[in-house]
Amino acid sequence: MTVAVNPAQTGEPVFYLADEHPHPEGYSTSLGFWIYLMSDCLIFAMLFAAFGVLGANYAAGPAPKDLFDLNLVAVNTSMLLLSSITYGFAMLTMQQNKIAQTQMWLLITGLFGAAFIGIELTEFAHMIHEGATPQRSAFLSAFFTLVGTHGLHVSCGLIWLVTLMVQVWRFGLIEANRRRLMCLSMFWHFLDVVWIGVFTFVYLLGVLR
Amino acid sequence: MSPDLLKFIFGRLGIDSLPFHEPILVGTFVMVALGGVTLLAGLTYFRLWGYLWREWFTTVDHKRIGIMYMILGIVMLLRGFADALMMRAQQALAFNGSEGFLPAHHYDQVFTAHGVIMIFFVAMPLVTGLMNYVVPLQIGARDVSFPFLNNFSFWMTVGGAVLVMASLFIGEFARTGWLAYPPLSNIGYSPDVGVDYYIWALQVAGVGTTLSGINLICTIVKLRCPGMTMMRMPVFTWTSLCTNILIVASFPVLTVVLALLSLDRYVGTNFFTNDFGGSPMMYVNLIWIWGHPEVYILVLPAFGIFSEVTSTFSGKRLFGYTSMVYATVVITILSYLVWLHHFFTMGSGASVNSFFGITTMIISIPTGAKMFNWLFTMYRGRIRYELPMMWTIAFMLTFVIGGMTGVLLAVPPADFVLHNSLFLIAHFHNVIIGGVVFGAFAGINYWFPKAFGFKLDPFWGKMSFWFWVTGFYMAFMPLYVLGLMGVTRRLRVFDDPSLQIWFVIAAIGAGLVFLGILSMLMQFAVSFLKREQLKDVTGDPWDARTLEWATSSPPPDYNFAFTPVVHDNDAWWDMKKRGYQRPLMGFKSIHMPRSTGTGIILAGFATAMGFGLIWYMWWLAALSFVAMLAVGIGHTFNYHRDFDIPADDVIRTEDSRTKLLAGAK
Amino acid sequence: MSTDTHAAHAGDHHHDDGHAQSTFSGYMLGFVLSVVLTAIPFWLVMSGTLPSKQITALVIMAFAVVQIVVHMIYFLHMSPKSENGWSMMALIFTIVMVVIALSGSLWVMNHLNSNMMPIHEMTGMK
Repeated sequence: MTVAVNPAQTGEPVFYLADEHPHPEGYSTSLGFWIYLMSDCLIFAMLFAAFGVLGANYAAGPAPKDLFDLNLVAVNTSMLLLSSITYGFAMLTMQQNKIAQTQMWLLITGLFGAAFIGIELTEFAHMIHEGATPQRSAFLSAFFTLVGTHGLHVSCGLIWLVTLMVQVWRFGLIEANRRRLMCLSMFWHFLDVVWIGVFTFVYLLGVLR
Repeated sequence: MSPDLLKFIFGRLGIDSLPFHEPILVGTFVMVALGGVTLLAGLTYFRLWGYLWREWFTTVDHKRIGIMYMILGIVMLLRGFADALMMRAQQALAFNGSEGFLPAHHYDQVFTAHGVIMIFFVAMPLVTGLMNYVVPLQIGARDVSFPFLNNFSFWMTVGGAVLVMASLFIGEFARTGWLAYPPLSNIGYSPDVGVDYYIWALQVAGVGTTLSGINLICTIVKLRCPGMTMMRMPVFTWTSLCTNILIVASFPVLTVVLALLSLDRYVGTNFFTNDFGGSPMMYVNLIWIWGHPEVYILVLPAFGIFSEVTSTFSGKRLFGYTSMVYATVVITILSYLVWLHHFFTMGSGASVNSFFGITTMIISIPTGAKMFNWLFTMYRGRIRYELPMMWTIAFMLTFVIGGMTGVLLAVPPADFVLHNSLFLIAHFHNVIIGGVVFGAFAGINYWFPKAFGFKLDPFWGKMSFWFWVTGFYMAFMPLYVLGLMGVTRRLRVFDDPSLQIWFVIAAIGAGLVFLGILSMLMQFAVSFLKREQLKDVTGDPWDARTLEWATSSPPPDYNFAFTPVVHDNDAWWDMKKRGYQRPLMGFKSIHMPRSTGTGIILAGFATAMGFGLIWYMWWLAALSFVAMLAVGIGHTFNYHRDFDIPADDVIRTEDSRTKLLAGAK
Repeated sequence: MSTDTHAAHAGDHHHDDGHAQSTFSGYMLGFVLSVVLTAIPFWLVMSGTLPSKQITALVIMAFAVVQIVVHMIYFLHMSPKSENGWSMMALIFTIVMVVIALSGSLWVMNHLNSNMMPIHEMTGMK
């Protein structure tokens, strides 16, 4: 940064920048978005706390063992994991400025995400059909809320993904769109991290109990 | 129309939801309606709508948003204080077989609304407003990191306030106490709309608070001017940073708790029920994980204000800057380790209670260190007893008393005696009024000349000060006595006539505080009328030390024509001492964010959605939700959110300041 | 914290989005690791290979922690350097908060349940 009076020679203190450049657009965005994710992380932490405290209160209703189909959960987990790597590919192609390939990987990511939501909804529908409704016991309330909140986040991610695809299609891989794709990337991978907690603590430990 | 259709359109809202049977409310409504109509007519007559919309409602300027926060806080203070007066009057009257003047279901709403409004819609906006106004100026920034988000956050807070105010005339507010513990707040015991108003008001406002927290953290981390290292930040900026970290780390907890409560109420889940494995105690646990940090969210910025004021009006560098910073950081962390002291009596057992008792007592150590730092700053200083300094001294005396009663309550066996007694009420009013409210007033008196270019009138300011301070002591010291005698909170009628005298004294105290509030309004009015006499053209009326005083009062839109470079903790003091010359030429165009109406529109839809959910008008809720989504996504298609203030405009602004300054000399 | 000085500001101009450059091999390594780290816990639980449930529980929790770290490094590109360390600081702070709130809630509620709600012992048919 150039300064008003040249300090090096005169030794006079410099109190302002005579020739400054504004911060580039989106200068704070990635930190800001990261902090948002941290606050979201606390939302999930509290839902985990509720599940941890209430998760064993079956109220003489069905227990995890009776309800969870680990095969289905494994398939679902792989959907999310695959969507993570395909999003990674979208980011890589974005760095190489290949619009068509970026869009293709985004589309594939979206399809995996949609598959994840579809499987989760099937699972929910099945459980509710069996009488294991959120109202049945505190365990089920906590289960549906925790897993449902994660699903809701993924759905929001899908809406966002579609919006971004439209924007990339209309305006290209401009700086603003790259920044947005990067934010969504953080969001998407963050949801994958949360899902690790969900399948470990809710499904695997639940079945183990 | 068929009843089904009516039910579809209006949900559970009907004619009987309007409180015609409550003379107090009808009277209030008439007053408010008359006042509102006058205000609206006035705005229309003077053709101010366009001006307000362009210059204020849609602004992304952190200074204007800060001022709007302050106005919101002061307006809501009037509402919250009206509730306080009613409670004090009720309790002073309801002896010797008298029922007082408030029926039970109204009284219960009054004490709930008082708590909710005072914390969420008075203290929070005042604190957020001051941070919003001052922090970017103190760090030499042009605006916050996300100016649009700032506008949106503000309007979400307003949305929450609107819902609380609506509950006064449409339906009712919660009758549960300010934290709405289940099972009382669950659908079985509170089937009416009161708790729903509570939930949605706080959810809508809570989104705004969280986002503004993220925004200010980013601002402080990323937008400091060159030379301002972390350990050169003004203490107010430091405490703001810690407060916003606390906001981001605790408001999500509140969001979750309220969401779970609303699931219980709307869907019939069993988180906090008594049946099917639910646990009401879990609600208490979770809400205090948010609730305890919340009090530090409020008081930390106040500590920052007192630090600025003490060093400015003592004419000295703040004593123990580093220890002040570390004390703040320690309080930030510790505030997460003490939440259980709010429910010692729920039965956690000795080990848990001792742990949380001890952590609570430990908090008094960094707080005490701060107190000594202020004292040592004053020591051998040349103290000027201007209004901000008076509030600071009142704070130091009052807060120490409140702090000590707090340590007393932190002892679990003592808490078993004093839990939910008026002693507790006296304690937290002692720290919140003595800390947060006095702090906000010190801040208002201190920074008002910065925001408007003229000082506040000292006569009415002193009137307000003395009424407030004496009123506070008269109102709350009797409550300590009553609490020690075993009187519990939230009582509506009393059997023991010997208690009445204390309540009468407390009511007189509340009356004095009322005079204090009126004096403050008077102070604003008188100062506005005498603005030419009270004018300050230097931009630095208090001979202050931090960067916000380096620019003009009120600051231009762009805050600083050139970004400052900082060499010292007390940056502006350093500049003055070393012969800083204000630059008179070389101005360039300045890149600034553009105003947008999206924030207010989004918040409007969010409020409408809350209203729809409260009254079971599902179509309204769904429609508003979709509209919100559409507007939000639509906004992301606007890529041109900035503009340049042309160099000519900057030159004109700065030249007029040069003339003013020359005239002043 | 005081290390965040002039130097940091001098670097403001080149656009630093605070993220390590991602590479194909990085993503693939992360992916393979997470597949392995997911598959093993599922296999452990579904086959019941380990002798006791407690050991299985501890092992799968350990796997979860490792997998979270893997995701953080390879997918979220966390590094101590991004955003001058602020991302890492925010993350550590959040982890501390999460640990306090989670373990605290479990501890407190466990005490409360055992002291105040004996009913659960009767209804919790496991």
